[in-house]
Amino acid sequence: MDKTCAVADITNAIESGMTLGIGGWGGRRKPMAVIRELLKTDVQDLTVISYGGPDVGMLAAAGKIAKLVFGFVSMDLVPLEAHFRAARQAGAFEVMELDEGMLQLGLKAAASRLPFLPTRVGFGSDVLTANPEIKTITSPYPDGETLVAMPALPIDVAICHVNEADALGNSRICGPDPFFDEWLCRAANQAFLSAEALVDTDTFNDPLTALQMPIERSLVRGVAAAPWGAHPTSCGPKYGMDVEHLRAYSAAAKGGWTDYLERYVLGKDLSAYLAEVGGPEAVGALPLPVF
Amino acid sequence: MSAYTLAELCICCAAEAFRGDGEALATSIGLVPRLGAGLAKLTFEPGLMITDGEAYLVREPVPVGPRGDYRPKIEGLMTYERVFDLIYKGKRHAMVTPVQVDRFGQMNISIIGDYERPKTALLGVRGYPGNTISNANSMFLPQHTKRAFVTGEVDMVGGIGYNPARWPNGHKPEHLDLRRIVTNLAVMDFQGPSHAIRVISLNPGVTFDEVQDNTGFELATAPGLSTTPAPTDEQLKLIRERLDPHDLRAGAIPGNPPGERSS
Repeated sequence: MDKTCAVADITNAIESGMTLGIGGWGGRRKPMAVIRELLKTDVQDLTVISYGGPDVGMLAAAGKIAKLVFGFVSMDLVPLEAHFRAARQAGAFEVMELDEGMLQLGLKAAASRLPFLPTRVGFGSDVLTANPEIKTITSPYPDGETLVAMPALPIDVAICHVNEADALGNSRICGPDPFFDEWLCRAANQAFLSAEALVDTDTFNDPLTALQMPIERSLVRGVAAAPWGAHPTSCGPKYGMDVEHLRAYSAAAKGGWTDYLERYVLGKDLSAYLAEVGGPEAVGALPLPVF
Repeated sequence: MSAYTLAELCICCAAEAFRGDGEALATSIGLVPRLGAGLAKLTFEPGLMITDGEAYLVREPVPVGPRGDYRPKIEGLMTYERVFDLIYKGKRHAMVTPVQVDRFGQMNISIIGDYERPKTALLGVRGYPGNTISNANSMFLPQHTKRAFVTGEVDMVGGIGYNPARWPNGHKPEHLDLRRIVTNLAVMDFQGPSHAIRVISLNPGVTFDEVQDNTGFELATAPGLSTTPAPTDEQLKLIRERLDPHDLRAGAIPGNPPGERSS
């Protein structure tokens, strides 16, 4: 069994109209190499599910999002995502704005092949008024409580960036927080991983290492080597956020998007991109963020 | 007593919001709430669970800003997924920094203006709906204005409040528990008639009329409305030397005004 593939093979699996789940969180461990590859394609009308950062901003700037399912879009140290904001303010896509916990329940429902999971979250808020498709249900037990039935959020393709992966699809996340990557993968028909390094399976032969492996390999269709592939987001403990790059990218929301695409994306493979942002030495020297 | 800044006063008020919380997880979003939770833990609430702001529980507050040789003193793990698992259990007090608040205590960080075509898109509701229906919540607002404390309802209700019209079947959600609002002008709570927002202390040199004039709805007052107590020397020392050695708090309130307005 060999699941290794190229980054472009991952984007070949993503078709117009699909629901795309994107791992990472805000400005942290986003599969940006895959996102940049996706920007080169004519894929459009995506439903995007993400704990959003510049992944959402770039896909929004490129006009590829038909519907965004989200709890927030932020780049952490650059708190507001300018490209997301511009598109949201222009009404460029439909939104399903959810409490982060509801989003997680929707993923867990899909992962469990259930139609919904019950919760109290949403009551009293405009999440329910803005999303009238979210229904309520009455507890069948003596409490009789009315609950929100958070619908499943099934995904066609999930993409996540990890520190290490092997050819079987085993993977390791070395940063302190795996975020919700495993739930995005479990909610998906197929998941693809980009990895800082492709390693031998023996690398994982250690009890403590195994605790950093939340994604089951049976979920994974393909793994692609993409060293420094989360840049400009962070990939702890290897490298931090490129705040300067994120600020320049933000500024490009005011008429500079085409220039950004030409400089960093179009016609650039990962090594050409890396050269444009200072090379592996510069990315490797980015300090880990403190919060 | 030493001179102090308004930010330092607000940090002490933020700390006070956590009094009585025992072993709750103190989630503090924004610098002043973060320093407040740290100050509470170092003084009167040593049992609080706090994090490094990323993924680890720590046994003492991590100084904000560049850490130099300091390493967080980890006592456990608190990943985002685990935070959400704990929220529903309720042993948590979140102190957040909303952009808009209304008379019900409903909070907004999502959009300003029309929902479909907002004038300003901000972050999104984040965890506000789940936080507010599950556990205690307090707020810090650095600029107490009618733009922040709006007339009518906030533009997108993320954090829920004491608004029966929005409650399921008209019943107050059992765990809804709004505690304190700390601003540059005053400290408030929700203990007015029918949970109305009530001024409990005025920051030095501020009058009730000034607070009311900068609020888009009618405020109640606490019996014996007092002046917000000045930070103690011990509190100032902890803030300046341990919690915020780089004086990031100087940027917390525009102009970094002194705590004693008249001085």
